[in-house]
Amino acid sequence: MIQIIQQYGIAYLAWDGYRISGLAMTLWLLVLACCIGFCLALPLAIARNSKNPLVWFPVWVFTFLFRGTPLYVQLLLIYSGIYGLEFVHNTAPLNEFFRQAINCTVLSFALNTGAYTTEIFAGAIKETSHGEVDAARAMGMSMRTMYRRIIIPSALRRALPVYSNEVILMLHATTLAFTATVPDILKVANDAYSATYDPFDSFSLAAVIYLCVSFALIFGFRRAERHFLAFLQP
Amino acid sequence: MFDLAGYGPQIFAGTLTTIELSVASLIVSFLLGLLGASAKLSKNRALRGIATVYTTIIRGVPDLVLMLLIFYSLQIWLNDFTDWLNTLQSRYDIELPLDPLTSGIITLGFIYGAYFTETFRGAFQSVPKGQLEAAVSFGMRPLLVFRRILFPQMMRYALPGLGNNWQVILKATALVSIIGLSDVVKATQSAGEATFRGFYFLCIAGLVYLFLTIISNGVLLLLERKYAIGVRRASI
Repeated sequence: MIQIIQQYGIAYLAWDGYRISGLAMTLWLLVLACCIGFCLALPLAIARNSKNPLVWFPVWVFTFLFRGTPLYVQLLLIYSGIYGLEFVHNTAPLNEFFRQAINCTVLSFALNTGAYTTEIFAGAIKETSHGEVDAARAMGMSMRTMYRRIIIPSALRRALPVYSNEVILMLHATTLAFTATVPDILKVANDAYSATYDPFDSFSLAAVIYLCVSFALIFGFRRAERHFLAFLQP
Repeated sequence: MFDLAGYGPQIFAGTLTTIELSVASLIVSFLLGLLGASAKLSKNRALRGIATVYTTIIRGVPDLVLMLLIFYSLQIWLNDFTDWLNTLQSRYDIELPLDPLTSGIITLGFIYGAYFTETFRGAFQSVPKGQLEAAVSFGMRPLLVFRRILFPQMMRYALPGLGNNWQVILKATALVSIIGLSDVVKATQSAGEATFRGFYFLCIAGLVYLFLTIISNGVLLLLERKYAIGVRRASI
């Protein structure tokens, strides 16, 4: 155990100047995926609640496809499947994009978490109490103003507990990045394992780091909930 | 319907492995969840402590990390154990080989047992206390109370959570191909590599999972209807 910490501690946690560490890579993947997923989910959640079938049906298909298949299959599809297609090879910008493992990884993670987040936000928007909407209409707000001032702020607040779960699950899902050769924490652990043949120590070090990150996230979201959902406190 | 380039039987066998793995892990984690929930709600402090540590650690660590950890370590521990047994009685040469399917079931069952524990704990608490007291006053022994009163009613509250967990397990089985089990992902992957049509074959893997999801949604709906017999719903 001590030998692994001495040899790989830097690779797990710290940054030695030219190679990014496992922890930093994992956090970077998480932040990118969650930010892109959030930006994707907000408009899609509004579209999901539309009355026009031409608007909500495509969104439903998107969330159904991405929630009904494993993330690993999606990652494989984007990482190895798309790159094998003829026209991707022949189009320079696409070729450039899909050649980088990290681009494919972030793309698949963002689409996946975007689909789940869409459903979370759509549920929260649907549960907006009709009194609030009536009052906003009575004040003469336009659809846009109503969404910006009334519906979105309260829906995001109500979605916060469920959304925090989704972020934790996303943290757990980032471990898949190592199958696409992205050097995250699990990749470092795997390197340590193949060098020392000591699976328990190498992987349990990774587990402890993930546990700490999970606890930090849970703590942060608790604080956020106390701030944003203060009006619900007993 | 689909052009499978001769890989149809392999993909079908892989699908069966996926179903087998997920159903077996569901059973293991279901039982572990019942045990864990009883431990969490018991009066014994040690039991409660163990159950809390179990659920906290398992739910805080990614399943892939746990899977690699358990999969690689389990075999080493088993080897050490059999070595120790063999030194005790050197006449036998005991070996306990672990195939990926068994270790996959053990690992997935152990991981999702923690999620089931939380689901069942909430459901156990939703059954009105008075019913359990009434059952006890009728002279039922604890197992009978569990079988006749607690379990049927608890299932109604637990079903939505169970359904969720089942879908997560079904999708988590895809990870087991990383540790070498030839499930549907592995089969389609090798088919794609051999025919240079990775995209097409992976889409088929996705379709298989979608199909399984749709079927399990139907089954869940039926189960929910079964366990909701006699419940009055507010009509809006």
